Amino acid sequence: MEFFFHCLQTTLVAAEFPGGVVIGADSRTSTGTYVANRVSNKITRITDSVYCCRSGSAADTQALADIVSYRMAMHEIEMGRPAAVRTVANTFREMCYQYRDDLMAGILCAGYDRTHGGQIYSLPIGGMMVRQKVASGGSGSTYIYGYLDSNYKPDFTAEQCVDFIRKGVSLAIHRDGSSGGVCRVAIITANGVERRTFTGDQLFVPQ
Amino acid sequence: MRFTTSTMDLMPLQASQPFDPSKYRYTGPNVQPRQLPNTRSQAPITTGTSVIGLQFDGGVMIAADKLGSYGSLARYQNIGRLMRVNDHVILGCTGDYADFQFLRDIIDQKMIDEECLDDGIVTRAPALHCWLTRVLYNRRSRFDPLWTTFVVGGLDDDGKPFLGFVDKLGTAYTAPQIVSGMGGHLATPLLREKMDGQPPLSEAAARELLIRCMTVCYYRDCRAFSKFQIATLKAGSIKIEDDLEVKGDWEVAHFSKEHA
Repeated sequence: MEFFFHCLQTTLVAAEFPGGVVIGADSRTSTGTYVANRVSNKITRITDSVYCCRSGSAADTQALADIVSYRMAMHEIEMGRPAAVRTVANTFREMCYQYRDDLMAGILCAGYDRTHGGQIYSLPIGGMMVRQKVASGGSGSTYIYGYLDSNYKPDFTAEQCVDFIRKGVSLAIHRDGSSGGVCRVAIITANGVERRTFTGDQLFVPQ
Repeated sequence: MRFTTSTMDLMPLQASQPFDPSKYRYTGPNVQPRQLPNTRSQAPITTGTSVIGLQFDGGVMIAADKLGSYGSLARYQNIGRLMRVNDHVILGCTGDYADFQFLRDIIDQKMIDEECLDDGIVTRAPALHCWLTRVLYNRRSRFDPLWTTFVVGGLDDDGKPFLGFVDKLGTAYTAPQIVSGMGGHLATPLLREKMDGQPPLSEAAARELLIRCMTVCYYRDCRAFSKFQIATLKAGSIKIEDDLEVKGDWEVAHFSKEHA
């Protein structure tokens, strides 16, 4: 359960590499200043090839993710093929925009489809949708805009991209009180999804 | 609240029924009118700054930078705020980007409907300007504004250049130069100085003037960005140039003494 002031807790980062996307998040859920869950999972499956990172109100984003996941499951049955990432993102966007005055949800929707490869769609509060190669969200993201801007290269390998994301989340955790715990990462490619968790020493800590 | 929809809704019940294209119209999210009592208008979240438009001899030109600001954070640096509506109308949008995307999808569907009707009538700039005014005024009257300002450009029915302004209150007017956002204070005097009482500008002169105004806005508007687009509409053609950048002249920095 999240109790929010005006900022969004959490650090979310996502980056594209040729062949897929890597998305990462921290694992702290806070109620005011108390850490309600120190190992939460903010990377949520929507379909087998599209995942989302959630920031903002835990209740709002969980409800949205459940609804979009259900609609996309129906869509996939009817279409007979996996949903396009943009379709999932647009479904999120319709609801985020329609209920913009009632929701507090910032979502990164990322995945892989055969038509356009790896894609990341940023859906900030307010209900707009924009595709980005590198996207970030949550309160911790403000501390790492400089890091992300200066270190991203479009031709990363998957492992380099994971490293880039891991360092980004770690640096944000280092400075943002609302982010913490472990760094969870998901790599989404044509071969499916691989999830990893980086704990303790595996996080990057600046000297 | 309708959360679930299915493509099964679109399939004809019997194979013998004709294909009904109207079922495939995009109707947009079901944005319900706000229930009263309510005195709060929404606040814009991700916003775009100035849009500058001017008429030249034979057409109109509109420019806008490519930034979506999240408060003071320059968050989305590659978003287009100019839109080609159809072969005869271009527009640019200041203000909340989500509201712009919402209206953009609805306008796109209107253009598809018009093409399907195929009756020889096309929406020109004055018509779209009028429609936008009614939409924005209606939302304002319900205390639920679309927090956007539009600059609509094109040629009117007589082939003369048309440039119109509509803001979130439904205030609308037309002028030879229209600037929305903070650029209204910065660029309007520059445009009027060059255009008032003069013969219409050539396209090249108009483009140069527009770039000069974008430069001034970049110098003086905290929420401006160096990358911008220009859309040019002449009889029979629309061109949107995408990868333009303000360089600016910072030599004056070397002239200042120690402080201030």
